[in-house]
Amino acid sequence: MDFHKPILIATILAAGQMGFAQSPAYGVGRTPTAQEIKTWDISIGPSGKELPQGHGTAKEGARLFLLKGCGGCHGTTGIGGKAPALVKGGPPAVPGEPPPAGMEGMHMVPDTGIMALRSPYAVTLWDYINRGMPLNREGSLKPDEVYALTAFLLYKNDVIKSEDEVLDAQTLPKVNMPNRKGFADIPEWKHGAPRLQGYP
Amino acid sequence: MDSKRPNRRGFLKGGAAMAGLAAGAAQSAKAQVPVTELRAKGVSKEQVAYGDRSPHETSVRTPVAERTSPDAFGLVFHVNAPLQDLVGSITPSSLHYVATHRGAFVPDIDPKEHRLMIHGMVDRPLVFTMDDLKRLPFVTRQHFIECAGNRAKPTHKTVQDTHGLTSSSEWTGVLLSELLKEAGVQKGASWIVAEGAEEVKGASSIPLGKAMDDCLVAYGQNGEAIRPQQGYPLRLLVPGFEGIFQTKYLRRIKVVEQYYMTYNDYGHISEDPRIAALGNQIGPKSVITFPSGGQKLPGPGFYEISGLAWSGGGAIRRVEVSTDGGKTWKDAELRTPSYPMAHTRFGFHWRWDGKECELQSRCTDELGTVQPTRAQAAKYWNKPLDQDFHPPGTDNTVLPWQIASDGSVRNGLS
Repeated sequence: MDFHKPILIATILAAGQMGFAQSPAYGVGRTPTAQEIKTWDISIGPSGKELPQGHGTAKEGARLFLLKGCGGCHGTTGIGGKAPALVKGGPPAVPGEPPPAGMEGMHMVPDTGIMALRSPYAVTLWDYINRGMPLNREGSLKPDEVYALTAFLLYKNDVIKSEDEVLDAQTLPKVNMPNRKGFADIPEWKHGAPRLQGYP
Repeated sequence: MDSKRPNRRGFLKGGAAMAGLAAGAAQSAKAQVPVTELRAKGVSKEQVAYGDRSPHETSVRTPVAERTSPDAFGLVFHVNAPLQDLVGSITPSSLHYVATHRGAFVPDIDPKEHRLMIHGMVDRPLVFTMDDLKRLPFVTRQHFIECAGNRAKPTHKTVQDTHGLTSSSEWTGVLLSELLKEAGVQKGASWIVAEGAEEVKGASSIPLGKAMDDCLVAYGQNGEAIRPQQGYPLRLLVPGFEGIFQTKYLRRIKVVEQYYMTYNDYGHISEDPRIAALGNQIGPKSVITFPSGGQKLPGPGFYEISGLAWSGGGAIRRVEVSTDGGKTWKDAELRTPSYPMAHTRFGFHWRWDGKECELQSRCTDELGTVQPTRAQAAKYWNKPLDQDFHPPGTDNTVLPWQIASDGSVRNGLS
């Protein structure tokens, strides 16, 4: 364990401040640099305020989809691979049969598992491709590539109309997703409250 | 800071590989006495090794019927705990169910390298090492973790199939509220996003109210370090919420001003506000583990019915058992302390007359909510009660076990 003097002093100072709810009580842990936070913070919220510089189109994305090996798992057209279908129009799920990959827990209705149709915000696609793809090389895509692949999936699902439409930090959050109004707000969680009043 | 590519082969080999990992850990322990020195004192290697169970005990976890683990990509999905073989309320760490976000490899994380960052809408962003976290005040609490996919189906044979995606452990760690107070949450914040360090960096949105209430940044499970399959070296416990929120390999908590709609979150959303309300917290639920599907009673006579009850709404207050298919109910005894959001073991004296019958259990939690039957749930949702009825949210309905006159037990939904 590192016992740096400044931390010890901070602990003593902090001890004198106990009782103020918003003052540090223990003085344990260090302050990250702004650069560290920037490097670690890969969460992109619905506003898109964390989106990085860069841009891409569906046309570029179509090429990257094959070049980066996406088609190897998801099918060259985004349907029919071993990995979840990414484009609508796949075969419907059969009741009683194992659900297709990525559809577990979702209703057995075709296309409901497709993120470009289900997520109310286009930034969810950007965030997930950026953090989670491609398998075994996660986090290796550059921002331009993530914008292009996001545009490709949105174009293939008829969410954006042109394969030349440029998506970037300004335009991506404004994409009008089909499910934008298709979800109810989650009620505020309260300690000791039943999850749904009147539900047996 | 990133997790290293894990020893995939090791995980696939299961028990043998886990024993190997454990032996490695024992050798690197700080106060370890060299084995040669112990041998000189007449102590065998077996006496000091990380202990094994009896070779006569062979119970293991099994992949869920609906999806093999490892799958076509070598990813581990959902592996069921053998509830029919367990006693008491704690699930042994070696038999704890396993589930992953999109399927994942179990990462090999060096605890010396692991960091937890808290940032976003806070006055003082902070980075903690594992040693930092262990300096802070700790709590030890029993909590269950249950996957939202823990859903009995007519095709399931055993209680491991129907209910094996729940497990309960004693967890030790720092209250998340302590860490958030240390960082100083700013006005206007309403959610947190918790993120793991595995290759997909799975992240979930959690209401700030819950984060400040009872969430636990845990490094201990059942008296030792959390197992790699369960999030070593650090996991977020969100007591009573669905399994996906219990973020393994916890590396980052970002305090934010709105629901962040992560990959983990978007599959949960619903147009129906009632279904949305059922999406986080798990309702009261119980199941009989003995006698249960696939077992056979040797003949009429005395049997102690045994089972588990739990609820995301708090502690279990009451469990009732019916031996006549739900016509009459009698109170079972709670045989373990009833902790909030933890498995509680119940027992019920029963004398079987050798005739066909149906066993059921139902529980009531401290909020007074009673576990529903499938018929009650179907009525609420105004859906026909057939084999395809799929209660929204986590399925907490009563599961019947049918006893045939030859003593064999089968799934009452089949």
